[in-house]
Amino acid sequence: MMLHLPILPLLIPLLSGILLLLPPFNQHDQRSRWFAIVSSAMMVVVSAYLLWTVDQSGALVYALGGWQPPFGIMLVADRMAVLLVLLTSVLLFCVLLYGSAGEDKKGRFFQSLVMFQVLGIQGAFLTGDIFNLFVFFEVLLIASYALLIHGGGKAKTLANLHYVSLNLVGSALFLFALGMIYGTFGTLNMADMQTKAAFISADDVVLAKSGALLLLVVFGLKSAMLPLHFWLPRAYAAAPAPIAALFAIMTKVGLYSLWRVHGAIFGEHAGDLALVAHDWLWPLAWLTLVVGIVATLASQTLRMLSANLVLVSVGGLLLMVALNTPLATAAGLYYVLHSTLASAALFLLAGMVVEQRGKAEDRFVPSRPVAQPVLLSGLFFVIALAMIGMPPLSGFIGKTAMLQAALQGNMAHWIWPPLLLASLAALVMLSRAGSTLFWRSKGDRPSSLKAHPLQVLSVTLLLLCLPLLVIFAGPIMAYCLAAAEDLYRGLNLLQIMSEQGLPHD
Amino acid sequence: MELMYSICVGFLTTAGVFLLLRAQTFPVVLGITLLSYAVNLFLFASGRLTVNGASIVGASEVYADPLPQALVLTAIVIGFAMTAFVLILAMRARADLGSDQVDGRSSTLRKHGNKARKERQV
Repeated sequence: MMLHLPILPLLIPLLSGILLLLPPFNQHDQRSRWFAIVSSAMMVVVSAYLLWTVDQSGALVYALGGWQPPFGIMLVADRMAVLLVLLTSVLLFCVLLYGSAGEDKKGRFFQSLVMFQVLGIQGAFLTGDIFNLFVFFEVLLIASYALLIHGGGKAKTLANLHYVSLNLVGSALFLFALGMIYGTFGTLNMADMQTKAAFISADDVVLAKSGALLLLVVFGLKSAMLPLHFWLPRAYAAAPAPIAALFAIMTKVGLYSLWRVHGAIFGEHAGDLALVAHDWLWPLAWLTLVVGIVATLASQTLRMLSANLVLVSVGGLLLMVALNTPLATAAGLYYVLHSTLASAALFLLAGMVVEQRGKAEDRFVPSRPVAQPVLLSGLFFVIALAMIGMPPLSGFIGKTAMLQAALQGNMAHWIWPPLLLASLAALVMLSRAGSTLFWRSKGDRPSSLKAHPLQVLSVTLLLLCLPLLVIFAGPIMAYCLAAAEDLYRGLNLLQIMSEQGLPHD
Repeated sequence: MELMYSICVGFLTTAGVFLLLRAQTFPVVLGITLLSYAVNLFLFASGRLTVNGASIVGASEVYADPLPQALVLTAIVIGFAMTAFVLILAMRARADLGSDQVDGRSSTLRKHGNKARKERQV
């Protein structure tokens, strides 16, 4: 069991996703809901145990089929990957709880598709092989294509058409990049690439550089970097609430790949290839943040506002990727935890507001009151505090850590103004949203549209994680720093293989 | 051989990108297909081109790198699934949105064309 621990976060969603398609579950709503929730709870437990193991004993390497890395495919469970795996599992649990309140029956195969999407996300985090990163990207994408049109409708079809076409082109570019990288490196194993990057022969450097920059385009598309971000607001705003909440982690997959590839492989020790992408990354990250701020101020609906706040957080995180110091990466990781949970909660809350406000949906116009004003506005207040980055919640610590990293990297004059302005813009827009949605209402309160207890439970669970991030900020930050240092140090494949008794030369 | 091979890849890519930039769903789907063909050929070449080389050591004097072949196989399978999906989606979009324009609006160009035609008929 211990030996196979790193692959369990992949096997559980894969097997439960398949089982959910089969007769005992596919016709029974309650049964499939419970099964999905129980298996996602299992994933939370397994991921937490994996995190504890990795923190105690260092990175685990899992050679699939016992083939010797770097020739065979391997999974790498290091601190950074495992932390994000745990985050995904927690998010999955909350999303399934919310979905069980009725959203899952608006289309077919909700639970299985969510499971397959999570399989792709977990795989992208855990894989140690860049071609498998591509494969897991495709797994998560094809599930997300289907989830985005869950329930159907014009807006969803249109958003999905753009999203699918863009991502298919992105996949083609990814393969071009992989061809160039394999042609020059002779390996696709990421740990192996990190050691080989400094020894690329002078003839091949140009080709390897083009491959690296193409990868920047691909990951930029996934993480919604500036010229490639146009798909995000529309897709996130059109998606059903639980799906949008799950998508909150998808941009983070792109960021994670940027850290892995452009932070570690093409990092400072890569000889001629050192920091190839950073000249591009700086201005693009900065502009993403600025455009995100402008888009936030121009949002007309709560869902659009949430999507634009995701864009803002991506901008800030891209700046941390561009800084490329261990402290910046640690601060970024902490902020990833916070922003994923908070924006998922905001998307879920927006879903409840849409259900309760009738025709006005979540547009910022005066309309009839929501059915449960105290509950919804209370939740909204907490989420708003978190999204803005006000003191009692984890947004404050995340933002402060990012500001500190900027100061340490001597880039404070560039990073501080947009990062602080982003908080101001969020403050302005969330106050406006809250006062319009909950105070400027006329007419009778509908009594029949009360939120399902599971919906409230799921948002509350997400929000409960935020104070936990504050209370345990010290250990979490220390863990993130250790994760960042592991990332830059790279894996010593030979040592790990001999320790774990894998075949090696 | 290398020259011909690279011209083929380049031509397929150019044609694919050209079709992608058309604003209608069907050319876009075709463009994506052509692009994925170009990608497959490109990946195949990343293990260097060899003639008469089996990918088994000892079976022939020169041997080919087996990894790109495996990669191409994976890429073909994934590309096939994606193309099937995008085709169905394009048909659904045609039905839902009432036009095959990528942005869901019937093109202003065609409206002008129709107007001009009507005027000519009058």
